[in-house]
Amino acid sequence: MSKAGLAQFQQVFIEESLEGLDTMESSLLALDEGGDGELVHTIFRAAHSIKGGAATFGFPEMSSFTHEAESLLDEVRSGKRAIDGAIIELLLRTVDCLRGMFARAQAGEPLNDAVAEGLRNELAAAMRRGVPATALQARRDADQADAWSIRFRPHAGMLASGNEPLRLIRELAALGKLQVTPEFDRLPAFAALEPTECHVGWTIELSGPVKRADITGVFDWVEDECDLTIEAKHVVAEVAAPAPTPVAAPAVADAGAARAQREASTESSSVRVSIDKIDGLINLVGELVITQSMLDTFREGDIDAERLAMLEHGLGQLARHTRELQESVMGIRMLPIASVFNRFPRMVRDISQKLGKQVKLELVGEQTELDKTVLEKIGDPMVHLVRNAIDHGLETPDKRRASGKGDTGTLTLQASHRGGNVVVEVSDDGAGLNRDAIVAKAIQRGIISSGEGMSDDAVAELIFQPGFSTAAVTTDLSGRGVGMDVVRRNVSDLGGTVTIRSTQGKGSVFTITLPLTLAIIDGLTAAVGAERYIVPLVSIVESVQLKAEAVRSVVGGGELFRFRGEYLPVIRLHDAFGCDKAIHAIEEGLMVVVEGDGSRVGLFVDGLIGQQQAVVKSLEANYRRVQGVSGATILADGSVALIVDIAGLVRMQGRRKAA
Amino acid sequence: MSDNTRSEALQSQYLTVNLAHEEYGIDILAVREIRGWTPVTRIPQAPGYVLGVLNLRGAIVPVIDMRLRFGLEREEYGATTVTVIITVAGRLFGVVVDAVSDVLDVTPDAIRPVPDMGTTVDTEYLKGLTAAGERMVLLLDVDKLLQPHDAQMLEAALPAASDVKAVA
Repeated sequence: MSKAGLAQFQQVFIEESLEGLDTMESSLLALDEGGDGELVHTIFRAAHSIKGGAATFGFPEMSSFTHEAESLLDEVRSGKRAIDGAIIELLLRTVDCLRGMFARAQAGEPLNDAVAEGLRNELAAAMRRGVPATALQARRDADQADAWSIRFRPHAGMLASGNEPLRLIRELAALGKLQVTPEFDRLPAFAALEPTECHVGWTIELSGPVKRADITGVFDWVEDECDLTIEAKHVVAEVAAPAPTPVAAPAVADAGAARAQREASTESSSVRVSIDKIDGLINLVGELVITQSMLDTFREGDIDAERLAMLEHGLGQLARHTRELQESVMGIRMLPIASVFNRFPRMVRDISQKLGKQVKLELVGEQTELDKTVLEKIGDPMVHLVRNAIDHGLETPDKRRASGKGDTGTLTLQASHRGGNVVVEVSDDGAGLNRDAIVAKAIQRGIISSGEGMSDDAVAELIFQPGFSTAAVTTDLSGRGVGMDVVRRNVSDLGGTVTIRSTQGKGSVFTITLPLTLAIIDGLTAAVGAERYIVPLVSIVESVQLKAEAVRSVVGGGELFRFRGEYLPVIRLHDAFGCDKAIHAIEEGLMVVVEGDGSRVGLFVDGLIGQQQAVVKSLEANYRRVQGVSGATILADGSVALIVDIAGLVRMQGRRKAA
Repeated sequence: MSDNTRSEALQSQYLTVNLAHEEYGIDILAVREIRGWTPVTRIPQAPGYVLGVLNLRGAIVPVIDMRLRFGLEREEYGATTVTVIITVAGRLFGVVVDAVSDVLDVTPDAIRPVPDMGTTVDTEYLKGLTAAGERMVLLLDVDKLLQPHDAQMLEAALPAASDVKAVA
């Protein structure tokens, strides 16, 4: 197989394996909470596929590593070993380690590292610990020998299932010295030879200290498709199992870090689409073709009243089909939020154990669908909110009892559709925001001068200010200097908002509101001189026509105007973008109050022309990023209009003032 | 293989375009299409020679004026003014030239190095020159047209500038 071809399959394998790892992780967690035995089978199957795939696609280190975990699982599966907390913990770390390996595989780095090595030893040690009685029986059957004789006779149809005898023999060759003798007794006469079938068998002499399990491991995938006998020729004298050496557990790679790494490398991965969605698309395209051919008949002949009615009907149909097609195509990009939610059970478990808190995690609305791009980027802000909620929000059991609550705190992640938006809520029944602490901190940081007269909401808003962290003691969980301001910025980059509602002593609710998709936005077309710009509707608060005297110039060249009791800075779009022939007089143009990056500004334009849906196109694909522009779109006449990036404009303006 | 067929195998074709009474060659493999001049949408903060962007069947493609790029005087666009869409390393961009004229077959041994003087163009953007009958054709190095030093420097400066806010 060509290198490029293999790389393509490797990518698919890695994606599937990462899904397998997710399954393993969630099943392990369920098992930890007392799930049934079927889960063990699920975990085993996932590990088994990863092992086999890794060997096939050229990751021998990964294969042999997974093999250790699989052997352990196999004993659990067959009832030889009872599963306990220690094994689950070990397997969870194995999952993390494998994720790291996959990330390194994608980056083309060496797969093994100290963590993997350490874990491999731990797995082996766990295998040796309390070797069950039945395993001793197996040992008498010689599972370790210096030489083996293997008779391998593939069934005729083995090639059809994608298994290659040569690959298996090569794998055996990796174990020790091979002497292979082919057997041609089943070979038919040349005329009767079916080239797609397997007629040759082999007798393989393998010398070297090899375990039986390693040999059967090679044939795992073809067990049912060949006749296989494995005989030990030279049994090693029974070796006393070495005492389980206590392996210094190497610092377990932070699960979060491993995951972040993995996400970075899979951002441009593929989407799996349900066959229903594809069928729906095909139907729609069919309809579209029919409508088109119907409209085509109007090329010839005169248009009379009757035909005009038909034409109108046809155009109506075309419009409907186009809209449906658009919605369906967008639907392909929509994935359930479960893929983001699923990481949290593990995280909540780890963090709450570390902090000695009892937390019950509730997930609601996991099937809520949203755009894949949004989905990939919403993870980090949510991780931050969840960490904060456990670290700062929820109290220790003692404190909870003192305030008359149950020992276990509840953390709820809830997703739902609301209008054209997706709303994700992270809520806890913890202590809520401490108003006094926040005000004190804000004064100390110089964000405000006094908390008097501030509403609770205004105080809560303070935690979104840059450089704000309320934890009395910064822990390694939160308070790394990245604060809620980053969460807000990340979410606003996605075109969404974050708000907080908190009741002291009762808990807090963080609400993230996100657009369904990034591919299409609703926007208002603004005119500036002869040019047209699209202003995203989500960032528009309202538009007002002002009198010239309403806008005041301030020292340093800025302009301000009063809007609902607040003074807002003015950004003249013609100034920012250098447009010609634009309206300069305030009373002739229009002030559009917009919100971006957490602050409100007045955007001065000539006027607003109308509302339209804009399909967002990238400027970077062929050109580069432009400050204050988030992308481009194509207008009805085929010309290009730029989409204004309000947050970017605000930042631009801030810089200009600073300069 | 004879020498003759070998040089034929290496032979490449160039689209020649007119610009300020000189003839330039663009490697035809880089040319995606040729279209009449249509107005483009201006982009803010762009260098002067970047006229704007146009919609090429859904892709947003920047367009540069070759005269301005080479520091020549701007000419009124007329009936022969065309936009040549070029693709380099998967990126598309358009160049506006006075007119297209011909397609030339050029063998590698017919390409001469550019002397350091005598053209109105900075030699940096030239691969070489060749003769087509009596005429001289300057072969353009299209890779360098859109990514000259200044654009690269601008690009490098942008992220640094956006950090200013985080610090302040």
